[in-house]
Amino acid sequence: MESGIVNILVDISLMTLLGITAIGIVRSRNLFATAMLSGIYSLISAAVFVTLDAVDVAFTEAAVGAGISTVLMLGAMTLTRRSEKHAIKLHIGPLFVTIGIGAALIYGTVDMPPFGSTDAPGFQHIVPEYIAGSRDDIQVPNIVTSILASYRGFDTLGETAVIFAAGIGVLFLLGRRREDEEADESSNSGKGEDA
Amino acid sequence: MRHHLILRVVSKLLIPFILLYALYVQFHGDFGPGGGFQAGVIFAAAFVLYALIFGVQAARKAFPDSWLAILIPLGVLIFAGTGIASLLLGGTFLDYDVLASTPTGGQHLGILVVEFGVGVTVTAVMIAIFFAYAGRTHEIQDDDW
Amino acid sequence: MLELFLDKYNYWIVVVLMMIGLYIVIARGNLVKKIVGLNVFQTSVFMFYISLGKAEGGTAPILTGKPELFSNPLPHVLILTAIVVGIATTALGLALVVRIRESYDTIEEDELEGMDNAVVTTERARLGTGDAA
Repeated sequence: MESGIVNILVDISLMTLLGITAIGIVRSRNLFATAMLSGIYSLISAAVFVTLDAVDVAFTEAAVGAGISTVLMLGAMTLTRRSEKHAIKLHIGPLFVTIGIGAALIYGTVDMPPFGSTDAPGFQHIVPEYIAGSRDDIQVPNIVTSILASYRGFDTLGETAVIFAAGIGVLFLLGRRREDEEADESSNSGKGEDA
Repeated sequence: MRHHLILRVVSKLLIPFILLYALYVQFHGDFGPGGGFQAGVIFAAAFVLYALIFGVQAARKAFPDSWLAILIPLGVLIFAGTGIASLLLGGTFLDYDVLASTPTGGQHLGILVVEFGVGVTVTAVMIAIFFAYAGRTHEIQDDDW
Repeated sequence: MLELFLDKYNYWIVVVLMMIGLYIVIARGNLVKKIVGLNVFQTSVFMFYISLGKAEGGTAPILTGKPELFSNPLPHVLILTAIVVGIATTALGLALVVRIRESYDTIEEDELEGMDNAVVTTERARLGTGDAA
């Protein structure tokens, strides 16, 4: 029981930090600050994943969200603008929409199995089989790896193909350019810097 | 970034260890947290760090564009090829049991190869994306900040 | 009431974070900001999935030989791949923003809409006079 209370306190304080960071993102007009705050948001959420026992996910989130994604945001920002044009003000329409959707979602959680319950439908059926199979048939200690690569290998093949496709897409949009565009860019280079 | 001596020295020291750590994450993924997705991102992060400190030109020399063009599809092909190999050996698509003499050995081999394929594609895509952005960015001067 | 809170508080906080992300996407006109908002939304969905897989008193799903209670590994697998796919699609979205900025010289939604509408209006006017002649 003692450790349960500690868990809840750690969880709630991390979640509060997340909330503060998210509100910081809403309120900041400077896109540099926004990019850094979104990196912080990812790092804190990685900590939340650790408290929820998802170490593999936390690892990925820390490497991707706080590392690569922040660098990409900064790269995109230097190619566009440093700050938003319009002042931050409260938009009543979107506020009502989000409050409405949020209320509906919270109403939906009332019927959900309690947090941390092992009687939840997600724990029945296939998952015990995966855990037993990982121990007896595959003999790989990390159950996440055995599900990822073996039981759901087809799924992971699809995800790899999506990453492949997204990479090709970025190269199409931003990749190497033809000579004439290159020359065009050098004559316009003054334009990019005043942004 | 010519004059950032501390950054240059520290990153030069760190980059080999980041690469080594990526390989550890890649091949130790069966036993602890890790796997192809994380290893690929960490491996790419080492090159991103190198590009940030020593310039994109130097990083492009260290990891040429022609490698990227080969490695991006190669990872997916390794993954799909494992599936084809298991088909040819008499199993179903991506059924690793038939890859080695024992089903467990086959599973271990299959998981290792497939994770390697994922790692190759993720590494190459992340580096390619970073180079695509950095190739367009004007050099940021220190007094711009 | 306290019991309901302890049972559901994680879901509720995640919903609030999700709605903050959605608010950024709807209310802010800057395209880079919209993508950051989408990222906040996306990370909150990840947290929701992982919360569903948490087992009270459980541990990380790595076999150590002892019989143990594990958190549900299935959501972990789904979210792990979703994170990496998420960064790839974010990069694609940012690449589109960069190209939009190069073509229109702005990334504010209302200005883009104004420019597009202006093109449509002039095109209509041109076609209209062409018909009359």
